[in-house]
Amino acid sequence: MATAKSHIPQKRGDVVFSGLVKASGIAILVTLGAVATFLIVESLPALDPAAQIGSAPDGFWSYVAPLVFGTLLAAILALAFATPLAIGIGLFISHYAPRRIASTLGYVIDLLAAIPSVVYGLWGIQVLAPAVQPVYQWLNENLGWLPLFVGPVSGTGRTILTVSFVLAIMILPIMSALAREIFLQTPKLNEEAALALGATRWEMIRLSVLPFARSGLLSSAMLGLGRALGETMAVAMVLSPAAVITFALITPTNPSTIASTIALDFPEAAGLDVNALIAAGLVLFIITMAVNVTARGIITRSARKGAF
Amino acid sequence: MAKRIELKNVNVFYGDFRAVDDVTLDIEPRTVTAFIGPSGCGKSTLLRTLNRMHEVIPGAFVEGKVMMDGRNLYGADVDPVEVRRQVGMVFQRPNPFPTMSIRDNVLAGYKLNNSRVSKGDADSVVEKSLKHANLWKEVKDRLDKPGGGLSGGQQQRLCIARAIAVEPEVLLMDEPTSALDPISTLAIEDLVSELKKDYTIVIVTHNMQQAGRISDKTAFFNIAGTGEPGKLIEFDETATIFSNPNEKMTEDYISGRFG
Repeated sequence: MATAKSHIPQKRGDVVFSGLVKASGIAILVTLGAVATFLIVESLPALDPAAQIGSAPDGFWSYVAPLVFGTLLAAILALAFATPLAIGIGLFISHYAPRRIASTLGYVIDLLAAIPSVVYGLWGIQVLAPAVQPVYQWLNENLGWLPLFVGPVSGTGRTILTVSFVLAIMILPIMSALAREIFLQTPKLNEEAALALGATRWEMIRLSVLPFARSGLLSSAMLGLGRALGETMAVAMVLSPAAVITFALITPTNPSTIASTIALDFPEAAGLDVNALIAAGLVLFIITMAVNVTARGIITRSARKGAF
Repeated sequence: MAKRIELKNVNVFYGDFRAVDDVTLDIEPRTVTAFIGPSGCGKSTLLRTLNRMHEVIPGAFVEGKVMMDGRNLYGADVDPVEVRRQVGMVFQRPNPFPTMSIRDNVLAGYKLNNSRVSKGDADSVVEKSLKHANLWKEVKDRLDKPGGGLSGGQQQRLCIARAIAVEPEVLLMDEPTSALDPISTLAIEDLVSELKKDYTIVIVTHNMQQAGRISDKTAFFNIAGTGEPGKLIEFDETATIFSNPNEKMTEDYISGRFG
Protein backbone atom coordinates (compact mmCIF):
# COMPACT_ATOMS: atom_id res chain seq x y z
CA MET A 1 0.00 0.00 0.00
CA ALA A 2 2.95 2.31 0.47
CA THR A 3 2.82 3.73 -3.03
CA ALA A 4 3.66 7.29 -3.93
CA LYS A 5 -0.02 8.20 -3.93
CA SER A 6 -0.95 6.70 -0.55
CA HIS A 7 -2.42 9.85 0.92
CA ILE A 8 -5.19 8.05 2.80
CA PRO A 9 -3.30 7.31 6.04
CA GLN A 10 -2.08 10.88 6.04
CA LYS A 11 -5.65 12.05 5.76
CA ARG A 12 -6.66 9.90 8.69
CA GLY A 13 -3.82 11.45 10.69
CA ASP A 14 -5.19 14.85 9.80
CA VAL A 15 -8.65 13.91 11.01
CA VAL A 16 -7.37 12.43 14.25
CA PHE A 17 -5.14 15.39 14.95
CA SER A 18 -7.74 18.04 14.17
CA GLY A 19 -10.23 16.12 16.34
CA LEU A 20 -7.67 16.02 19.14
CA VAL A 21 -6.93 19.73 19.10
CA LYS A 22 -10.60 20.55 18.72
CA ALA A 23 -11.39 18.39 21.77
CA SER A 24 -8.65 20.16 23.74
CA GLY A 25 -10.08 23.50 22.77
CA ILE A 26 -13.57 22.46 23.80
CA ALA A 27 -12.28 20.90 27.04
CA ILE A 28 -10.96 24.25 28.27
CA LEU A 29 -14.32 25.91 27.58
CA VAL A 30 -16.20 23.09 29.30
CA THR A 31 -13.91 23.30 32.33
CA LEU A 32 -14.33 27.04 32.58
CA GLY A 33 -18.08 26.70 32.16
CA ALA A 34 -18.29 23.99 34.81
CA VAL A 35 -16.30 26.06 37.29
CA ALA A 36 -18.40 29.14 36.64
CA THR A 37 -21.65 27.16 36.93
CA PHE A 38 -20.55 25.56 40.19
CA LEU A 39 -19.54 28.92 41.64
CA ILE A 40 -22.74 30.65 40.60
CA VAL A 41 -25.11 27.84 41.70
CA GLU A 42 -23.42 27.43 45.07
CA SER A 43 -23.21 31.19 45.60
CA LEU A 44 -26.88 31.96 45.04
CA PRO A 45 -28.09 31.03 48.55
CA ALA A 46 -25.53 33.39 50.10
CA LEU A 47 -26.42 36.21 47.72
CA ASP A 48 -30.06 36.18 48.82
CA PRO A 49 -30.54 39.41 50.88
CA ALA A 50 -32.74 37.50 53.35
CA ALA A 51 -30.08 34.85 54.00
CA GLN A 52 -28.94 34.53 57.62
CA ILE A 53 -25.22 33.84 57.31
CA GLY A 54 -23.47 33.08 60.58
CA SER A 55 -20.13 34.57 59.58
CA ALA A 56 -21.76 37.58 57.90
CA PRO A 57 -24.54 39.00 60.05
CA ASP A 58 -24.76 42.20 57.96
CA GLY A 59 -25.22 40.39 54.68
CA PHE A 60 -22.87 39.01 52.10
CA TRP A 61 -21.65 42.26 50.54
CA SER A 62 -20.43 43.80 53.76
CA TYR A 63 -18.76 40.46 54.44
CA VAL A 64 -16.94 40.31 51.11
CA ALA A 65 -16.03 44.01 50.75
CA PRO A 66 -13.02 43.98 53.15
CA LEU A 67 -11.84 40.75 51.54
CA VAL A 68 -11.94 42.26 48.05
CA PHE A 69 -10.18 45.31 49.39
CA GLY A 70 -7.49 43.22 51.10
CA THR A 71 -7.00 41.05 48.02
CA LEU A 72 -6.54 44.06 45.73
CA LEU A 73 -4.37 45.98 48.21
CA ALA A 74 -1.96 43.11 48.81
CA ALA A 75 -1.74 42.24 45.11
CA ILE A 76 -1.26 45.81 43.91
CA LEU A 77 1.36 46.53 46.57
CA ALA A 78 3.16 43.33 45.59
CA LEU A 79 3.06 44.38 41.96
CA ALA A 80 4.36 47.83 42.84
CA PHE A 81 7.36 46.28 44.62
CA ALA A 82 8.01 43.55 42.07
CA THR A 83 7.69 45.43 38.77
CA PRO A 84 10.69 47.78 39.02
CA LEU A 85 12.79 44.99 40.45
CA ALA A 86 11.74 42.57 37.70
CA ILE A 87 12.56 45.13 35.00
CA GLY A 88 15.91 45.79 36.64
CA ILE A 89 16.75 42.09 36.86
CA GLY A 90 15.60 41.49 33.29
CA LEU A 91 17.68 44.37 31.94
CA PHE A 92 20.73 43.36 33.96
CA ILE A 93 20.60 39.84 32.57
CA SER A 94 19.82 40.84 29.01
CA HIS A 95 21.99 43.92 28.55
CA TYR A 96 24.45 44.47 31.38
CA ALA A 97 25.79 41.27 32.89
CA PRO A 98 28.66 39.37 31.29
CA ARG A 99 27.28 36.29 29.58
CA ARG A 100 28.39 33.76 32.20
CA ILE A 101 26.94 35.69 35.14
CA ALA A 102 23.77 36.31 33.17
CA SER A 103 23.04 32.62 32.61
CA THR A 104 23.82 31.73 36.25
CA LEU A 105 21.52 34.45 37.44
CA GLY A 106 18.83 33.20 35.07
CA TYR A 107 19.03 29.75 36.67
CA VAL A 108 18.83 31.19 40.17
CA ILE A 109 15.69 33.08 39.28
CA ASP A 110 14.10 29.99 37.77
CA LEU A 111 14.95 28.19 41.02
CA LEU A 112 13.08 30.83 42.99
CA ALA A 113 10.00 29.97 40.93
CA ALA A 114 10.30 26.34 42.00
CA ILE A 115 10.03 27.06 45.73
CA PRO A 116 6.59 25.98 47.03
CA SER A 117 4.43 28.75 48.44
CA VAL A 118 4.28 27.04 51.86
CA VAL A 119 8.00 27.62 52.15
CA TYR A 120 7.55 31.27 51.31
CA GLY A 121 4.89 31.40 54.01
CA LEU A 122 7.20 29.86 56.62
CA TRP A 123 9.97 32.22 55.62
CA GLY A 124 7.56 35.13 55.87
CA ILE A 125 6.61 34.18 59.44
CA GLN A 126 9.99 33.12 60.75
CA VAL A 127 12.37 35.48 59.02
CA LEU A 128 10.77 38.38 57.24
CA ALA A 129 8.13 39.44 59.79
CA PRO A 130 10.52 39.75 62.76
CA ALA A 131 13.10 41.42 60.54
CA VAL A 132 10.79 44.14 59.25
CA GLN A 133 9.04 44.81 62.57
CA PRO A 134 11.69 47.33 63.75
CA VAL A 135 11.49 49.00 60.35
CA TYR A 136 7.74 49.39 60.79
CA GLN A 137 8.42 50.88 64.22
CA TRP A 138 10.76 53.41 62.61
CA LEU A 139 8.31 54.18 59.80
CA ASN A 140 5.57 54.82 62.34
CA GLU A 141 7.77 57.11 64.44
CA ASN A 142 9.07 59.13 61.50
CA LEU A 143 6.34 58.94 58.89
CA GLY A 144 3.39 58.23 61.20
CA TRP A 145 1.54 61.28 59.85
CA LEU A 146 1.00 59.37 56.60
CA PRO A 147 -2.22 57.32 56.75
CA LEU A 148 -0.19 54.35 55.48
CA PHE A 149 1.98 54.23 58.57
CA VAL A 150 -0.36 55.13 61.44
CA GLY A 151 -0.06 53.12 64.65
CA PRO A 152 -0.40 51.01 66.62
CA VAL A 153 2.50 49.10 65.09
CA SER A 154 2.06 45.36 64.90
CA GLY A 155 4.21 43.58 67.47
CA THR A 156 4.74 40.55 65.25
CA GLY A 157 5.30 42.29 61.93
CA ARG A 158 2.71 40.02 60.35
CA THR A 159 0.89 42.79 58.49
CA ILE A 160 -0.49 43.28 55.02
CA LEU A 161 2.74 45.06 54.05
CA THR A 162 4.77 41.99 55.01
CA VAL A 163 2.34 39.85 53.03
CA SER A 164 2.83 42.01 49.96
CA PHE A 165 6.61 41.70 50.33
CA VAL A 166 6.29 37.93 50.34
CA LEU A 167 3.91 38.07 47.38
CA ALA A 168 6.31 40.36 45.53
CA ILE A 169 9.12 37.84 45.97
CA MET A 170 6.82 35.07 44.81
CA ILE A 171 5.84 36.80 41.58
CA LEU A 172 9.34 38.11 40.93
CA PRO A 173 10.74 35.01 39.17
CA ILE A 174 8.04 34.73 36.53
CA MET A 175 8.02 38.47 35.96
CA SER A 176 11.78 38.84 35.63
CA ALA A 177 12.07 35.74 33.45
CA LEU A 178 9.45 37.20 31.12
CA ALA A 179 11.09 40.63 31.20
CA ARG A 180 14.42 39.08 30.26
CA GLU A 181 12.86 37.23 27.31
CA ILE A 182 11.14 40.37 26.11
CA PHE A 183 14.30 42.48 26.35
CA LEU A 184 16.32 39.86 24.49
CA GLN A 185 13.86 40.02 21.62
CA THR A 186 14.59 43.68 20.88
CA PRO A 187 15.63 43.81 17.22
CA LYS A 188 19.42 44.21 16.92
CA LEU A 189 18.71 46.72 14.18
CA ASN A 190 16.97 49.10 16.57
CA GLU A 191 19.65 48.74 19.21
CA GLU A 192 22.34 49.51 16.65
CA ALA A 193 20.36 52.48 15.41
CA ALA A 194 20.51 53.97 18.88
CA LEU A 195 24.16 53.09 19.47
CA ALA A 196 25.20 54.54 16.10
CA LEU A 197 23.60 57.85 17.10
CA GLY A 198 25.99 57.95 20.03
CA ALA A 199 23.66 56.61 22.69
CA THR A 200 25.16 55.28 25.92
CA ARG A 201 23.94 51.90 27.05
CA TRP A 202 21.17 53.38 29.18
CA GLU A 203 20.14 55.75 26.38
CA MET A 204 20.08 52.83 23.96
CA ILE A 205 17.81 50.95 26.35
CA ARG A 206 15.54 53.95 26.67
CA LEU A 207 15.39 54.55 22.92
CA SER A 208 15.04 51.04 21.59
CA VAL A 209 14.61 48.36 24.26
CA LEU A 210 11.94 49.82 26.54
CA PRO A 211 9.56 51.10 23.85
CA PHE A 212 9.78 47.72 22.15
CA ALA A 213 9.14 45.90 25.43
CA ARG A 214 6.26 48.01 26.71
CA SER A 215 3.33 45.77 25.86
CA GLY A 216 5.22 42.64 26.85
CA LEU A 217 6.09 44.14 30.22
CA LEU A 218 2.47 45.03 30.74
CA SER A 219 1.38 41.47 30.12
CA SER A 220 4.04 40.15 32.48
CA ALA A 221 2.81 42.57 35.14
CA MET A 222 -0.74 41.34 34.63
CA LEU A 223 0.43 37.76 34.92
CA GLY A 224 2.15 38.68 38.19
CA LEU A 225 -0.96 40.48 39.41
CA GLY A 226 -3.10 37.47 38.60
CA ARG A 227 -0.79 35.24 40.58
CA ALA A 228 -0.68 37.61 43.54
CA LEU A 229 -4.48 37.89 43.57
CA GLY A 230 -4.95 34.15 43.79
CA GLU A 231 -2.11 33.28 46.15
CA THR A 232 -3.43 31.45 49.21
CA MET A 233 -0.89 29.73 51.41
CA ALA A 234 1.65 32.46 51.99
CA VAL A 235 -1.05 35.00 52.86
CA ALA A 236 -2.95 32.58 55.10
CA MET A 237 0.22 31.79 57.01
CA VAL A 238 1.72 35.24 57.37
CA LEU A 239 -1.24 37.53 57.90
CA SER A 240 -3.10 38.07 61.14
CA PRO A 241 -6.45 38.98 59.61
CA ALA A 242 -9.41 41.12 60.60
CA ALA A 243 -12.48 42.27 58.70
CA VAL A 244 -11.49 45.88 58.06
CA ILE A 245 -11.01 48.28 55.18
CA THR A 246 -7.96 50.38 55.95
CA PHE A 247 -4.91 51.73 54.20
CA ALA A 248 -2.89 51.42 57.41
CA LEU A 249 -0.23 48.93 56.41
CA ILE A 250 1.64 48.20 59.61
CA THR A 251 -1.02 47.72 62.30
CA PRO A 252 -2.15 44.42 63.86
CA THR A 253 -5.59 44.75 62.20
CA ASN A 254 -5.27 43.92 58.53
CA PRO A 255 -7.79 43.19 55.80
CA SER A 256 -7.55 39.57 54.74
CA THR A 257 -7.65 38.28 51.17
CA ILE A 258 -10.35 36.16 49.56
CA ALA A 259 -8.18 33.16 48.82
CA SER A 260 -6.65 32.93 52.28
CA THR A 261 -10.02 33.42 53.98
CA ILE A 262 -11.47 30.53 52.01
CA ALA A 263 -8.50 28.35 52.93
CA LEU A 264 -8.66 29.27 56.62
CA ASP A 265 -12.43 29.23 57.14
CA PHE A 266 -13.58 26.43 54.88
CA PRO A 267 -12.70 23.49 57.18
CA GLU A 268 -14.80 24.99 60.00
CA ALA A 269 -17.67 26.26 57.87
CA ALA A 270 -21.13 24.74 57.69
CA GLY A 271 -24.48 25.60 56.09
CA LEU A 272 -24.74 29.04 54.53
CA ASP A 273 -21.20 29.92 55.60
CA VAL A 274 -19.99 27.51 52.93
CA ASN A 275 -22.09 29.29 50.33
CA ALA A 276 -20.74 32.65 51.45
CA LEU A 277 -17.17 31.41 51.02
CA ILE A 278 -17.96 30.05 47.57
CA ALA A 279 -19.58 33.34 46.65
CA ALA A 280 -16.38 35.08 47.74
CA GLY A 281 -14.58 32.67 45.43
CA LEU A 282 -16.89 33.75 42.62
CA VAL A 283 -15.96 37.38 43.28
CA LEU A 284 -12.26 36.49 43.06
CA PHE A 285 -12.95 34.63 39.83
CA ILE A 286 -14.58 37.74 38.37
CA ILE A 287 -11.77 40.02 39.54
CA THR A 288 -9.09 37.79 38.03
CA MET A 289 -11.02 37.53 34.80
CA ALA A 290 -11.44 41.31 34.65
CA VAL A 291 -7.68 41.76 35.15
CA ASN A 292 -6.92 39.36 32.32
CA VAL A 293 -9.44 40.89 29.95
CA THR A 294 -8.12 44.38 30.68
CA ALA A 295 -4.56 43.20 30.08
CA ARG A 296 -5.54 41.65 26.75
CA GLY A 297 -7.29 44.83 25.76
CA ILE A 298 -4.31 47.02 26.60
CA ILE A 299 -1.89 44.70 24.83
CA THR A 300 -3.85 44.49 21.58
CA ARG A 301 -4.35 48.24 21.59
CA SER A 302 -0.69 49.06 22.17
CA ALA A 303 0.34 46.40 19.64
CA ARG A 304 -1.75 48.15 17.03
CA LYS A 305 -0.27 51.51 17.94
CA GLY A 306 3.27 50.10 17.87
CA ALA A 307 2.98 49.49 14.11
CA PHE A 308 5.23 46.47 13.94
CA MET B 1 32.28 69.43 9.54
CA ALA B 2 33.74 66.90 7.11
CA LYS B 3 36.97 65.37 8.25
CA ARG B 4 39.79 63.38 6.74
CA ILE B 5 40.04 59.75 7.80
CA GLU B 6 43.29 57.84 7.69
CA LEU B 7 43.37 54.11 8.33
CA LYS B 8 46.81 52.83 9.33
CA ASN B 9 47.48 49.10 9.40
CA VAL B 10 43.97 48.29 10.55
CA ASN B 11 43.28 44.67 11.46
CA VAL B 12 39.79 43.70 12.52
CA PHE B 13 38.95 40.62 14.57
CA TYR B 14 35.94 38.63 15.70
CA GLY B 15 37.49 36.78 18.63
CA ASP B 16 40.25 34.66 17.10
CA PHE B 17 39.08 35.23 13.56
CA ARG B 18 40.85 37.93 11.58
CA ALA B 19 38.19 39.43 9.33
CA VAL B 20 40.19 42.28 7.81
CA ASP B 21 43.91 42.18 7.25
CA ASP B 22 46.19 45.20 7.41
CA VAL B 23 44.26 47.94 5.63
CA THR B 24 45.86 51.34 5.08
CA LEU B 25 43.98 54.01 3.17
CA ASP B 26 43.15 57.71 3.26
CA ILE B 27 39.67 59.15 2.87
CA GLU B 28 39.50 62.79 1.81
CA PRO B 29 36.99 65.21 3.31
CA ARG B 30 33.90 66.01 1.23
CA THR B 31 34.25 62.99 -0.98
CA VAL B 32 32.28 59.81 -1.44
CA THR B 33 34.37 56.68 -1.01
CA ALA B 34 32.86 53.35 -2.01
CA PHE B 35 33.86 50.00 -0.54
CA ILE B 36 33.12 47.18 -2.97
CA GLY B 37 33.89 43.48 -3.04
CA PRO B 38 32.28 40.06 -2.76
CA SER B 39 30.24 39.02 0.28
CA GLY B 40 32.35 38.25 3.33
CA CYS B 41 35.31 40.33 2.17
CA GLY B 42 35.15 42.49 5.30
CA LYS B 43 33.97 45.75 3.76
CA SER B 44 31.02 46.19 6.11
CA THR B 45 33.20 45.12 9.03
CA LEU B 46 35.78 47.72 8.09
CA LEU B 47 33.08 50.37 7.74
CA ARG B 48 31.89 49.60 11.25
CA THR B 49 35.36 50.19 12.63
CA LEU B 50 35.11 53.83 11.53
CA ASN B 51 32.50 54.61 14.19
CA ARG B 52 33.52 51.90 16.65
CA MET B 53 30.31 49.97 16.08
CA HIS B 54 32.35 46.85 15.39
CA GLU B 55 33.12 46.34 19.06
CA VAL B 56 29.42 46.18 19.95
CA ILE B 57 29.65 42.49 19.00
CA PRO B 58 30.99 40.39 21.91
CA GLY B 59 34.62 39.40 21.40
CA ALA B 60 35.18 41.78 18.50
CA PHE B 61 38.17 44.13 18.50
CA VAL B 62 40.37 46.27 16.28
CA GLU B 63 44.13 46.71 15.94
CA GLY B 64 45.85 49.60 14.25
CA LYS B 65 44.93 53.25 13.99
CA VAL B 66 41.97 55.10 12.59
CA MET B 67 42.90 58.78 12.53
CA MET B 68 40.22 61.39 12.13
CA ASP B 69 41.85 64.76 11.47
CA GLY B 70 44.92 63.49 13.26
CA ARG B 71 43.16 62.02 16.30
CA ASN B 72 43.22 58.26 16.79
CA LEU B 73 39.66 56.97 17.29
CA TYR B 74 41.10 53.95 19.06
CA GLY B 75 43.21 55.96 21.50
CA ALA B 76 42.99 54.95 25.14
CA ASP B 77 41.23 58.18 26.12
CA VAL B 78 38.58 58.04 23.41
CA ASP B 79 35.00 57.19 24.37
CA PRO B 80 33.24 55.17 21.64
CA VAL B 81 30.00 56.99 22.42
CA GLU B 82 31.79 60.25 21.63
CA VAL B 83 33.04 58.84 18.31
CA ARG B 84 29.57 57.72 17.28
CA ARG B 85 28.19 61.18 17.87
CA GLN B 86 30.66 62.51 15.30
CA VAL B 87 30.32 59.69 12.80
CA GLY B 88 26.77 59.04 11.65
CA MET B 89 25.67 55.72 10.23
CA VAL B 90 22.93 54.49 7.93
CA PHE B 91 22.23 50.77 7.89
CA GLN B 92 21.36 48.24 5.25
CA ARG B 93 17.78 47.91 6.38
CA PRO B 94 15.92 51.06 7.36
CA ASN B 95 15.69 51.12 11.15
CA PRO B 96 13.64 54.04 12.39
CA PHE B 97 12.45 53.65 15.97
CA PRO B 98 9.07 52.07 15.27
CA THR B 99 7.09 53.51 18.16
CA MET B 100 8.40 57.06 17.76
CA SER B 101 6.83 59.71 15.56
CA ILE B 102 8.69 60.92 12.47
CA ARG B 103 9.59 64.09 14.33
CA ASP B 104 10.92 62.24 17.37
CA ASN B 105 12.91 59.92 15.12
CA VAL B 106 14.70 62.87 13.56
CA LEU B 107 15.33 64.35 17.00
CA ALA B 108 16.42 61.09 18.66
CA GLY B 109 20.15 61.67 18.25
CA TYR B 110 19.89 65.42 18.59
CA LYS B 111 18.24 65.06 21.99
CA LEU B 112 21.05 62.78 23.15
CA ASN B 113 23.52 65.58 22.51
CA ASN B 114 21.44 68.42 23.88
CA SER B 115 19.65 67.70 27.12
CA ARG B 116 17.33 70.70 26.86
CA VAL B 117 15.90 71.44 23.45
CA SER B 118 13.49 74.32 22.95
CA LYS B 119 10.52 73.67 20.72
CA GLY B 120 11.69 76.28 18.23
CA ASP B 121 15.15 74.72 17.95
CA ALA B 122 13.64 71.28 17.60
CA ASP B 123 11.28 72.43 14.86
CA SER B 124 14.08 73.99 12.86
CA VAL B 125 16.33 70.93 13.25
CA VAL B 126 13.49 68.65 12.11
CA GLU B 127 12.72 70.81 9.09
CA LYS B 128 16.35 71.30 8.12
CA SER B 129 17.26 67.63 8.44
CA LEU B 130 14.20 66.37 6.61
CA LYS B 131 14.75 68.90 3.82
CA HIS B 132 18.37 67.85 3.62
CA ALA B 133 17.25 64.23 3.34
CA ASN B 134 14.70 65.12 0.61
CA LEU B 135 11.84 63.90 2.75
CA TRP B 136 10.32 67.13 4.04
CA LYS B 137 7.69 67.58 1.32
CA GLU B 138 6.41 64.04 1.76
CA VAL B 139 6.06 64.06 5.53
CA LYS B 140 5.63 67.66 6.64
CA ASP B 141 1.92 67.17 7.26
CA ARG B 142 2.30 64.02 9.30
CA LEU B 143 5.31 64.59 11.52
CA ASP B 144 3.46 63.14 14.48
CA LYS B 145 2.71 59.81 12.78
CA PRO B 146 4.95 56.83 13.61
CA GLY B 147 8.09 56.44 11.50
CA GLY B 148 7.25 52.79 10.95
CA GLY B 149 4.32 53.78 8.75
CA LEU B 150 6.48 55.15 5.92
CA SER B 151 7.56 53.22 2.83
CA GLY B 152 10.97 51.53 2.84
CA GLY B 153 12.63 54.29 0.81
CA GLN B 154 11.07 56.99 2.98
CA GLN B 155 12.15 55.14 6.12
CA GLN B 156 15.71 55.03 4.83
CA ARG B 157 15.65 58.77 4.11
CA LEU B 158 14.22 59.27 7.61
CA CYS B 159 17.22 57.37 8.96
CA ILE B 160 19.51 59.63 6.95
CA ALA B 161 17.70 62.67 8.35
CA ARG B 162 18.15 61.25 11.84
CA ALA B 163 21.86 60.71 11.22
CA ILE B 164 22.51 64.20 9.83
CA ALA B 165 20.38 65.97 12.44
CA VAL B 166 23.34 65.71 14.82
CA GLU B 167 25.62 67.26 12.18
CA PRO B 168 28.24 64.52 12.19
CA GLU B 169 31.69 64.89 10.69
CA VAL B 170 31.39 61.75 8.64
CA LEU B 171 28.49 59.70 7.31
CA LEU B 172 28.84 55.94 6.94
CA MET B 173 26.39 54.02 4.77
CA ASP B 174 26.23 50.25 4.86
CA GLU B 175 24.49 49.12 1.66
CA PRO B 176 21.84 51.77 2.19
CA THR B 177 19.84 50.90 -0.93
CA SER B 178 20.04 47.13 -1.04
CA ALA B 179 16.59 46.75 0.52
CA LEU B 180 14.99 49.42 -1.65
CA ASP B 181 13.28 49.59 -5.04
CA PRO B 182 15.04 51.35 -7.98
CA ILE B 183 13.18 54.64 -7.59
CA SER B 184 13.95 54.92 -3.87
CA THR B 185 17.52 53.89 -4.69
CA LEU B 186 17.83 56.74 -7.14
CA ALA B 187 16.46 59.17 -4.55
CA ILE B 188 19.09 58.04 -2.05
CA GLU B 189 21.87 58.24 -4.64
CA ASP B 190 20.90 61.81 -5.54
CA LEU B 191 20.88 62.58 -1.86
CA VAL B 192 24.38 61.19 -1.40
CA SER B 193 25.73 63.43 -4.15
CA GLU B 194 23.99 66.33 -2.44
CA LEU B 195 25.29 65.49 1.04
CA LYS B 196 28.85 65.24 -0.26
CA LYS B 197 29.05 69.03 -0.15
CA ASP B 198 28.98 68.93 3.63
CA TYR B 199 30.07 65.48 4.73
CA THR B 200 32.74 62.90 4.23
CA ILE B 201 30.81 59.86 3.06
CA VAL B 202 31.88 56.23 3.05
CA ILE B 203 29.46 53.82 1.42
CA VAL B 204 29.51 50.04 1.21
CA THR B 205 27.70 48.71 -1.82
CA HIS B 206 27.18 45.50 -3.75
CA ASN B 207 25.95 47.47 -6.69
CA MET B 208 28.90 48.37 -8.88
CA GLN B 209 26.92 50.73 -11.08
CA GLN B 210 26.03 52.57 -7.91
CA ALA B 211 29.65 52.81 -6.86
CA GLY B 212 30.46 54.09 -10.37
CA ARG B 213 27.67 56.65 -10.28
CA ILE B 214 28.16 58.24 -6.90
CA SER B 215 31.68 57.70 -5.60
CA ASP B 216 34.87 59.67 -6.13
CA LYS B 217 37.15 56.92 -4.96
CA THR B 218 36.64 53.20 -4.74
CA ALA B 219 38.27 50.57 -2.57
CA PHE B 220 38.08 46.97 -3.77
CA PHE B 221 38.33 44.22 -1.15
CA ASN B 222 38.63 40.50 -1.67
CA ILE B 223 39.21 37.26 0.23
CA ALA B 224 41.39 34.36 -0.75
CA GLY B 225 38.75 31.90 0.47
CA THR B 226 36.38 31.07 3.32
CA GLY B 227 38.00 31.59 6.70
CA GLU B 228 40.66 33.86 5.20
CA PRO B 229 40.81 37.54 6.12
CA GLY B 230 39.55 40.22 3.76
CA LYS B 231 42.25 42.34 2.10
CA LEU B 232 42.30 45.69 0.40
CA ILE B 233 43.23 44.85 -3.19
CA GLU B 234 43.11 48.25 -4.79
CA PHE B 235 42.17 51.79 -3.86
CA ASP B 236 42.01 54.52 -6.47
CA GLU B 237 39.89 57.07 -8.28
CA THR B 238 36.58 55.46 -9.14
CA ALA B 239 37.10 56.22 -12.84
CA THR B 240 40.45 54.40 -12.77
CA ILE B 241 39.08 51.39 -10.89
CA PHE B 242 36.24 50.95 -13.34
CA SER B 243 38.11 51.67 -16.60
CA ASN B 244 41.71 50.79 -16.05
CA PRO B 245 42.42 48.98 -12.77
CA ASN B 246 45.94 48.02 -11.85
CA GLU B 247 45.09 44.63 -10.44
CA LYS B 248 43.87 41.68 -12.47
CA MET B 249 41.57 40.68 -9.58
CA THR B 250 39.84 44.05 -9.63
CA GLU B 251 39.30 43.85 -13.36
CA ASP B 252 37.85 40.36 -13.05
CA TYR B 253 35.46 41.48 -10.37
CA ILE B 254 34.39 44.66 -12.14
CA SER B 255 33.76 42.87 -15.40
CA GLY B 256 31.87 40.06 -13.71
CA ARG B 257 34.51 37.43 -14.54
CA PHE B 258 34.98 36.42 -10.98
CA GLY B 259 36.28 33.33 -9.30
